[in-house]
Amino acid sequence: MTLLVLLIVPLIASLALAFIGDRKLAPEINILGSAATFVSGVVLALQVYEQGPILAGNNFFFVDAFSVYLTVLTAFVSMTTAIFSRRYMRREREHGTIGHRRLRFYHAMYQLFIFAMLLCLLTNNVGILWIAMELATLSTVLLVSLYRTPAAIEAAWKYFILCGVGIALALFGTVLLYFAAEKVLGAGGAALHWTNLAQVSDQLEPTILSLAFVFLMVGYGTKVGLVPIHNWLPDAHSEGPTPISAVLSGLLLNIALYALVRCKVLVDGSTGTHHSGDIMMGFGIISILVASFSLLRQKDIKRLFAYSSIEHMGIATFAFGLGGPVATFGALLHMLVHSLTKSSIFFTVGHASQMHRTQEMEKIKGLIRGNPLVGWGLALGVMAIVGMPPFGVFTSEFLILTATIKEAPLMAPFLLLGLGVSFAALFRRVQPMVGGAVPPYQERLKAANLPVIMHMAVVLLLGLYLPEFLSGWFQTAVVLLK
Amino acid sequence: MDTHIASQINSLLAALILLTAFGLVVQRRMNALLHLFAWQGFLLAVSTAIVGYVGGAHDLYISSILTLSMKVVLLPYILHKLIVKLKIHKEVETVVNIPTTMLMGIILVIFSYHLTAPIRELSTLVTRSTLAVALATVMLGFLMMITRKHAVTQIIGFLAMENGLLFAATSATYGMPLVVELGVALDLLIAAFIFGMFFFHISTTFDSLDVDQMARLKEED
Repeated sequence: MTLLVLLIVPLIASLALAFIGDRKLAPEINILGSAATFVSGVVLALQVYEQGPILAGNNFFFVDAFSVYLTVLTAFVSMTTAIFSRRYMRREREHGTIGHRRLRFYHAMYQLFIFAMLLCLLTNNVGILWIAMELATLSTVLLVSLYRTPAAIEAAWKYFILCGVGIALALFGTVLLYFAAEKVLGAGGAALHWTNLAQVSDQLEPTILSLAFVFLMVGYGTKVGLVPIHNWLPDAHSEGPTPISAVLSGLLLNIALYALVRCKVLVDGSTGTHHSGDIMMGFGIISILVASFSLLRQKDIKRLFAYSSIEHMGIATFAFGLGGPVATFGALLHMLVHSLTKSSIFFTVGHASQMHRTQEMEKIKGLIRGNPLVGWGLALGVMAIVGMPPFGVFTSEFLILTATIKEAPLMAPFLLLGLGVSFAALFRRVQPMVGGAVPPYQERLKAANLPVIMHMAVVLLLGLYLPEFLSGWFQTAVVLLK
Repeated sequence: MDTHIASQINSLLAALILLTAFGLVVQRRMNALLHLFAWQGFLLAVSTAIVGYVGGAHDLYISSILTLSMKVVLLPYILHKLIVKLKIHKEVETVVNIPTTMLMGIILVIFSYHLTAPIRELSTLVTRSTLAVALATVMLGFLMMITRKHAVTQIIGFLAMENGLLFAATSATYGMPLVVELGVALDLLIAAFIFGMFFFHISTTFDSLDVDQMARLKEED
């Protein structure tokens, strides 16, 4: 029941926002819809906490410890982003970069995007998972090109084509998965239900599943933003509106990784080897290295943090590939804290670039004096994202590193190198932006403070103390993902 | 219909689909491309219907009708309208010359057969030998997207890939579950709407649909 509410609220909000258009109250309705989604997400989480995994709607929906924390996270970040977007988009309209019609489109598509992501997390059917993933891409393509500048259209086209191809390969992987499942479970929709597949995964034909995993890895990996199929990500993040960059980085990448890990569980059950884990470790470590060295050459502030997202998704993918209780626990925590920190950083980056009317880092200066909250928000956010204690990213990276040293010591130097380079690159870039005197062309603006404070508080809290219910979920998920 | 004859017909259809896939890769004229694409969709629909008839999987009739209406009628019609409206008739420049592209295509086909060899031995369906052709069609669509620099041809390549995927679903199994097929069709419809919008945006912003002009977003050294 709560499940249905959770899915229907964003759909209704999307339709309502498409219908009422860019009236005075549209941003508030957007916030209200997301808040309602968040509340039902929390209610669902409480139910899962009390009763354990829920199967509903003729086995069509399935929520367990792994998906429920991501559901709450998705609902939370989409709510705070909606709050941020109210002030941010108002400012954009004052600057004349966007008109009424496009703002209507923006709001409606934002809610549709949330719906698609929640459907990914809640569905039990691997086929529907693919469809919802594609829907999430499609609903954001035209948001990336919202400003209709040549660069924005180019970025959106790249995003559309690359992710379209990637996701098509993932569909081929899903077809192969169904092909293997059909022999064991018989034809029909039930053969694609994840819960059924997980039960019989040791009977599925290993040759087919290993081949399927290659396609799924490349397909969903494109959406996770793993090197070498990451090219769309920095472009889409830098050219789209900042609220969209925040949800792409904070949520969509996580969801794609979620899909990949779900499939990995089935493949591992069938093959009984660590083969798929090795592939994920390889993709992960290459992403970490390439992204961290790319950080050094960036000039655009949003591209900088887009590359940082590639690096962090690489870390999570690597940790899931490594497997074992510590690394998996670290990866789950990392998805959570990266999402919160990165979207908070994008909020401050959005305001910073509005204050200077540019995304070039050389021209952004004196943020702390100009607007203390934006300045400190960015400074603290960057400290958190590079893995400084006492923030949550430190905990997750520490866990992953410990597990790496213990189980794959040969990989540890590469991991450390990547972390070190990105630390240096981000600090070198961010320090001149937050410090120094206020440049004459800097404009004053009313920033959306609440989202940044909320996110950073949670990240800090998670670094100091991990609540019992969360670690309980993570441990259940660790057992599930083995 | 005898199963044996059905499998013969299906192999013939698979060969024809592969032929159209090669045609798409090498054809330069826009209208001919659209015709080839529509033919490919038609062959796919017929093949789906035959598999459905032989296997007694009646869901496949719906899938076949969906393919017929989307890939043979609707999408070519939309693309044709766009081509007329945006005045694109001229030959499409390819990055690599045609003989080389052909050779690359042949290598991809051999690769597909090699990749699917273990799976073909496992399948008990009459249609199993066509799985390699399906994968080859996907790969050729992919090749087309890489070697062409025109937005419309890239989209046709993308749709040809989708054809290959549907063909894989019907040849490896008796089609995906109906709810998945419907969802895929819905996504395709939305994608069609989006690339329609895109063609207008690209042609008004860049004065042509040549994607080579889109080279602003690069890493500077």
